[in-house]
Amino acid sequence: MTQISLGESVVQKELHAQAQNNGVAANLTQTQPLWLLAEVTYRCPLHCAFCYNPTDYDKHTQNELTTEQWIRTLREARKMGAIQLGISGGEPLLRDDIEDIVIEARKLGYYSNLITSGVGLTEKRIQAFKEGGLDHIQLSMHDITEEINNFITNTKTFELKKKVAAMIKGYGYPMVLNVVIHRYNIGHIKEILEMAEALGADYVELANTQYYGWSLVNRSQLMPLKEQIDEAERITNEFREKVGNKMKVFFVVPDYFGDRPKKCMNGWGEVFMIVTANGDVLPCHSARVLPNMVFPNVREKGLEYAWKESPAFNKYRGTAWMKNPCVSCPEKMNDLGGCRCQAFLLTGDAESADPVCSLSPHHHLIEKAIEYSKNPVIASQPIIFRTDKNSKKYVAGDKERIEEFHALP
Amino acid sequence: MEINIQHSDIYALAFHHRFQWEEAQQSYVILFPEGMVKLNGGAGEVIKRVDGKATVGDIITELKQAFPDAIGIEADIIGMFEMAYGKAWIRKV
Repeated sequence: MTQISLGESVVQKELHAQAQNNGVAANLTQTQPLWLLAEVTYRCPLHCAFCYNPTDYDKHTQNELTTEQWIRTLREARKMGAIQLGISGGEPLLRDDIEDIVIEARKLGYYSNLITSGVGLTEKRIQAFKEGGLDHIQLSMHDITEEINNFITNTKTFELKKKVAAMIKGYGYPMVLNVVIHRYNIGHIKEILEMAEALGADYVELANTQYYGWSLVNRSQLMPLKEQIDEAERITNEFREKVGNKMKVFFVVPDYFGDRPKKCMNGWGEVFMIVTANGDVLPCHSARVLPNMVFPNVREKGLEYAWKESPAFNKYRGTAWMKNPCVSCPEKMNDLGGCRCQAFLLTGDAESADPVCSLSPHHHLIEKAIEYSKNPVIASQPIIFRTDKNSKKYVAGDKERIEEFHALP
Repeated sequence: MEINIQHSDIYALAFHHRFQWEEAQQSYVILFPEGMVKLNGGAGEVIKRVDGKATVGDIITELKQAFPDAIGIEADIIGMFEMAYGKAWIRKV
């Protein structure tokens, strides 16, 4: 799983633009799960330090949904209007039934996307995906250098990724590259874009790391400087002018350096629905970090209930849950108070304003995090990679590294 | 990207884009990696006819016949082609 759908992703921007065009703001009564993300497994051969999967993912690797349960889920979601399907993880290719899922998705009329590290993508499988009607494959790339790729993923996957990229192109798929940006590769943006062009990429998403799950644990080590981000954006704009429409480049701005929070997931329970490996239904990737929430599961009452009636999906819909400064803020509809998970992870209160907002009484926590990342002692602490062993530690309650972010007021 | 739409031009949907009717939304949509656009009635009628064979002129003629009461329809159609090309939803054949 990469970092693609956090915050204002591309589909959200389109939807947003569309809402503006129609002159209709997101409306509580018109929510529709247009985007279904199927996190089919949390198993993954890579160990990326920036992964936003839950640090306790190990406990969700048991009890994965069966093929039949996934197919039923796809049917239910499609009936409710879901149209974009992301098949993600973990590494989805660790399941041997992705072919069946792809065939069903095509039959139902989804536009389907396999979000992969490329590990496990063979000629045989890609051919089956093509025949089954998979619409595109999004490949995660990490850097132009073998050193950084292998370091940040804690694997030797550099050569493999290049091979897989060529295979994706060879099968006539649009080449969609997702590059998570952090301190270790932000200085290579120009070279990364040139590599993407050389590989024949049609879309490139430069996703600045957002800090959830493993990336939150490693925040001080991953966060680049504001100046580096500005420079990266400048280079990206220059590159866009050069390539024009041939290659679409998206630069996902990191929220820590903005004045206002992102409209996370385009609003809680507005357009996104995530079904996780064990069947939990979530309004966002990291919602399970929130306290006192019971998320619906597809094995129980199904998706229609989850989306429309479940207390979890209704809890942060709209603005009724807000308190000050959000509730009286003239800009509240722009960002709906930002991200609930970020608010909780950083302030200990899920209903507070996202501390990224400069109007938040907790905004100093963001400033402190930025300061920390510049502190050579903190920043040189070892990175904790996303491994089963480390995850088991978190499950067992070794939360030392996590609790330091619960800077309770 | 700017383009001067000519009646003799032929367009097709861009590679990797899909056009379909969405029952749940009661509208046509264009789907592509990471995104979708919902097309309002008129826009849907134009894109529906973009098939890599019909010229812009053919499509204008057809729509004028299909919607005889619509005034100034030709300018709207050309405008739709300009926008769709600018957004890279369609490609010139």
